[in-house]
Amino acid sequence: MPFGNTHNNFKLNYTVDDEYPDLSKHNNHMAKVLTKEVYGKLRDKQTPSGYTLDDVIQTGIDNPGHPFIMTVGCVAGDEESYEVFKDLLDPVISDRHGGYKPTDKHKTDLNFENLKGGDDLDPNYVLSSRVRTGRSIKGYTLPPHNSRGERRAIEKLSIEALTSLDGEFKGKYYPLKSMTDAEQEQLINDHFLFDKPVSPLLTCAGMARDWPDARGIWHNDNKTFLVWVNEEDHLRVISMQKGGNMREVFRRFCVGLQKIEEIFKKHNHGFMWNEHLGYILTCPSNLGTGLRGGVHVKLPKLSTHPKFEEILTRLRLQKRGTGGVDTASVGGVFDISNADRLGSSEVDQVQLVVDGVKLMVEMEKKLEKGEAIDSMIPAQK
Amino acid sequence: MPFGNTHNKSKMNYSAEQEYPDLSQHNNHMAKVLTLDMYAKLRDKETPSGFTLDDVIQTGVDNPGHPFIMTVGCVAGDEETYEVFKDLMDPVIEDRHGGYKPTDKHKTDLNAANLQGGDDLDPNYVLSSRVRTGRSIRGFSLPPHCSRGERRGIEQLSIEALDSLEGDLKGRYYALKNMTEEEQQQLIDDHFLFDKPVSPLLLASGMARDWPDARGIWHNDNKTFLVWVNEEDHLRVISMQKGGNMREVFTRFCTGLTKIEDLFKDRGHEFMWNEHLGYVLTCPSNLGTGLRAGVHVKLPHLSKHEKFGEILKRLRLQKRGTGGVDTAAVGGVFDISNADRLGFSEVELVQMVVDGVNLLVNMEKRLEGGDGIDDMMPEQK
Repeated sequence: MPFGNTHNNFKLNYTVDDEYPDLSKHNNHMAKVLTKEVYGKLRDKQTPSGYTLDDVIQTGIDNPGHPFIMTVGCVAGDEESYEVFKDLLDPVISDRHGGYKPTDKHKTDLNFENLKGGDDLDPNYVLSSRVRTGRSIKGYTLPPHNSRGERRAIEKLSIEALTSLDGEFKGKYYPLKSMTDAEQEQLINDHFLFDKPVSPLLTCAGMARDWPDARGIWHNDNKTFLVWVNEEDHLRVISMQKGGNMREVFRRFCVGLQKIEEIFKKHNHGFMWNEHLGYILTCPSNLGTGLRGGVHVKLPKLSTHPKFEEILTRLRLQKRGTGGVDTASVGGVFDISNADRLGSSEVDQVQLVVDGVKLMVEMEKKLEKGEAIDSMIPAQK
Repeated sequence: MPFGNTHNKSKMNYSAEQEYPDLSQHNNHMAKVLTLDMYAKLRDKETPSGFTLDDVIQTGVDNPGHPFIMTVGCVAGDEETYEVFKDLMDPVIEDRHGGYKPTDKHKTDLNAANLQGGDDLDPNYVLSSRVRTGRSIRGFSLPPHCSRGERRGIEQLSIEALDSLEGDLKGRYYALKNMTEEEQQQLIDDHFLFDKPVSPLLLASGMARDWPDARGIWHNDNKTFLVWVNEEDHLRVISMQKGGNMREVFTRFCTGLTKIEDLFKDRGHEFMWNEHLGYVLTCPSNLGTGLRAGVHVKLPHLSKHEKFGEILKRLRLQKRGTGGVDTAAVGGVFDISNADRLGFSEVELVQMVVDGVNLLVNMEKRLEGGDGIDDMMPEQK
């Protein structure tokens, strides 16, 4: 792959016009922002680890658009990408995160007690509850860029940290490359297993290199808390369970996350975080909290209502199919989660999900009875 | 992507063991050859344009094996790759090309008059005949590595050269990125259109970056001679027609190729060639002649014969499905072509196809008649 600085310097023999990508058919955040001028200004730069502009934008060039969502079209290769390429990434972040400005500060709140309610979403409608986030380990480059040596070091640190957890968090690590068929089958049945990325959004960014080396899944014995190692981010941390007790899910999430962070800090590898961008992750869409709190909920009537989209927008929620981001819903069951990541805290975002889903279930019940829901349409949050 | 030399240098902070890929599940030429010691020796090197060892081997690390063929598992990013990484490439070349030694010389012979026969393969069996090769333009890096500026430079040069062809070679260029629906359909119907690579062997090496920028197809008005620009190699040159007149196909091939080479030379650009490796191409498997001459031939009886594989081997031929390298045969129709590329001249290879296919068809006719073919078994060529 040509994206190192020798080749980057070599590319400077060609003019900006020669090298500037053709984005005429493109519809992603990067394409909206990357003018020839910005390209010309940033193309000779690199981060200390050698990540260049072409590295940042390759995925957005190779993937002009997506049927369901407005994609970001750029990734970070390391913590410094967000600084060195701020002329591109600041406007992308602003566009993606509701006008978030370069001078704004992000609030982190992982104190689950600040959540109000959330333990009683109706399990007749809310089939499962889940909260996930990502974490990047300071001192290593990110999945689009890291070498095998770095990735293995991340895995090793992660295993040390995770295997020292106890109580409700006691669990086991399953490396992808030495998983038995039986283990694999069980992890699939538990909905825990992640597979080699097939989405070109991810593969074009280089995240799948050397698969399945140093990738793995850790989960607790109770199967309610799991960690993905070296998938799209260094760590993806997930708390989940059947039913509608989002409060319990969020409690476990916060407690587990903080325990893990302490252990990493002891090894002098804290998480990447700053007061402007919050938690630093590979995709600019996951900055801030990196949090997606969601439920699988039955909304067969509401989802066919003409105002469904509008309601979601006002509640600052997003719908996905039950297979995740690139899928459509099946049988009226939707994955409903917070749309925001940056500019509001973890507690804020989970509160939006709890309150919003509660309202939507009420609306569904109304529609079941043949009644209208016009009086229930919420104001824009 | 992290494969430039700044990141290459920062990878040196990790030991060779830490960075050495896990090739334990692998079965490709690169994996057979790349020991830890070799990795350690080559990992700090780069070509003048910045291609590194990890760039060379990434496709082989990401693709442990292939169901139908023994893959190469490494690619060149520029002409110098074969020199800078000769400790890896020489044994791969030797293993792939029947013991070809670092001191061997390769013979180029594009004089179609030297072919004997070949104009009368039975069209009741031989449905079509085709000869292809690749060419790389000296001074540019290769598809796994080239930038948009370089790729566009190659396209520009190619269009100028091809547009000046005349007589039965007169034709037209169709850029992939602004093809009309009709043009696209016509090219599909003619079996000319190449599409964005889907094979992970190609994708993992970076050849599909920026698709479809600067890619295109040129063909003559007679639709018997075509050139692919910026697919797996800078140029792929193809001569083809229905029926069994391989002699005519090869004659047109040689004439066209020689004319194109002259046109490039007129514009100050040669093809990459040296007396050891012949024509230098992206994949080590295509070194030498880069030539694959083949037919689509009906062999329903012979292909089921227990000695079919052995016969092909002795004739130095190879079978593929009619969809190309990654496909299986349909309806007893096979793509039969020369297995060799390096160490034999173009004329020699096409001769093997002509003589071999003649024999295979005669065997098929024998078997149709219910007779045996034991007396027809060829010697090892």
